[in-house]
Amino acid sequence: MIEARNINKSFGEHHVLKNVSCIFEKGKTNLIIGQSGSGKTVLMKCLVGLFEVDNGMVIYDDRNFTTMNFQERKILRQEIGMLFQGGALFDSMDVEENVMFPLNMFTSQSPEEKLERVNFVLNRVNLENVNQLMPSELSGGMRKRVAIARAIAMKPQYLFCDEPNSGLDPHTSGVIDHLIREITEEYEITTIVNTHDMNSVLSIGDSVAYIYKGELWWRGDKETILHTDNVELNEFVFGTELTSRLKR
Amino acid sequence: MIKVFTTIGNYVLLMQKVFSRPQKLRIFWNQLMTEINSLGLESLGIVAFISAFMGAVVSIQTAYNITSPLIPMSMVGFTVRQSVILEFSPTVISLILAGKVGSRIASEIGTMRVTEQIDALEIMGVNSANYLIFPKIVASILINPVLIVFSMWMGILGGWFAMVATGLTSTNDFVQGIRVDFMGYTIFYALTKTIFFAFIISSVSGFYGYITEGGALEVGRASTKAVVFSSVIIILFNLVLTQLLLT
Repeated sequence: MIEARNINKSFGEHHVLKNVSCIFEKGKTNLIIGQSGSGKTVLMKCLVGLFEVDNGMVIYDDRNFTTMNFQERKILRQEIGMLFQGGALFDSMDVEENVMFPLNMFTSQSPEEKLERVNFVLNRVNLENVNQLMPSELSGGMRKRVAIARAIAMKPQYLFCDEPNSGLDPHTSGVIDHLIREITEEYEITTIVNTHDMNSVLSIGDSVAYIYKGELWWRGDKETILHTDNVELNEFVFGTELTSRLKR
Repeated sequence: MIKVFTTIGNYVLLMQKVFSRPQKLRIFWNQLMTEINSLGLESLGIVAFISAFMGAVVSIQTAYNITSPLIPMSMVGFTVRQSVILEFSPTVISLILAGKVGSRIASEIGTMRVTEQIDALEIMGVNSANYLIFPKIVASILINPVLIVFSMWMGILGGWFAMVATGLTSTNDFVQGIRVDFMGYTIFYALTKTIFFAFIISSVSGFYGYITEGGALEVGRASTKAVVFSSVIIILFNLVLTQLLLT
């Protein structure tokens, strides 16, 4: 479980996160949704420590991440996997080296054990015979799957996904969504997904937090989100031509 | 002025992160070998080309300016040696490397920053500054002196070839000039400068790459800043080191 407690974050005069408190539960796919610029990416970066919060706390299973020093965070971060918007695969390494990277850095496993783990996680994300390919040779969906494989290589307890569907077609988006959900349930991890894709919300949103202008505006799940009377959330959910027609 | 001090402060803070023990020595060793190859050995061609032509031009200009029969033609070899060892190889080649290697380092790290690869390293718990910049600094400090010695050799060779090809002096005169009053300290001076310049090129370029924010345009800007500031700092340190080491 990850808890954000009264988080505030500003950039100069711009107050991006305003007293955000939220609990992200273990074994569930927790979604953070909101319009572009609402602060959801900043919230995620505060949760993983890429941004320091101005005040407030981030708690990982009773461990206060905010007050940890570099070494303590380093240890905790080995329990964190993150999928970035563009995949963030290392350009100079092939797929195998990318997935093996955290194993090389933080384990003392033998080369055979590491290779076995790499092949296992690549198989888990339905990728085969791609070990020697460079990131530039992969499609968008494959890059995301390799990034997921790298994120789960160290058997993380916490998985963060920043806009996992950006730039993907609806079918591939669905594949990535289901993969995230399966991995979350299979390994019983705390997963937080940043998205503004309503398909993702409706398919994997075990828990949904709607961020509006830097504030936690609404909490619910994929069932309740379609029946809320929250005006701002309805504008977001039914903001497209397709969803507004479906509503009518 | 505040911006200058802020930048210097940020540079010092980054260097604190850079100079720490690598996570895994074996990985560091592999990276070091890769960097020695990409930052050093891949620059051999351009260093050889520029050095040889530089030496040739210096020798022709010197020969052209010797009009008095009282000045021996061996002076050409002497001048080429002194110019190449004291200034052209350590400083001019370092400036060339600031352009070639500096822009490469800044754009490589800058691209990693804007494509979130550095964030990915941080999330994994890797000290990204140490992982990315430290091997480049060590590689530059190790390989640049080799490049500069090679440059000295090519410069003198180029000077000799120009003299022989144009018939302005004989090989004997040229070699005699090279040997006259040679002081080993000049090599020490040149290599000391080179080590300082290698550190400046790799650390300043790494810094500008690391602090890049934005997209492709900012990566280009970071690359330009890396080259400009590395070059300016090299010129400044050239004066300071010359004053310290030669007086």
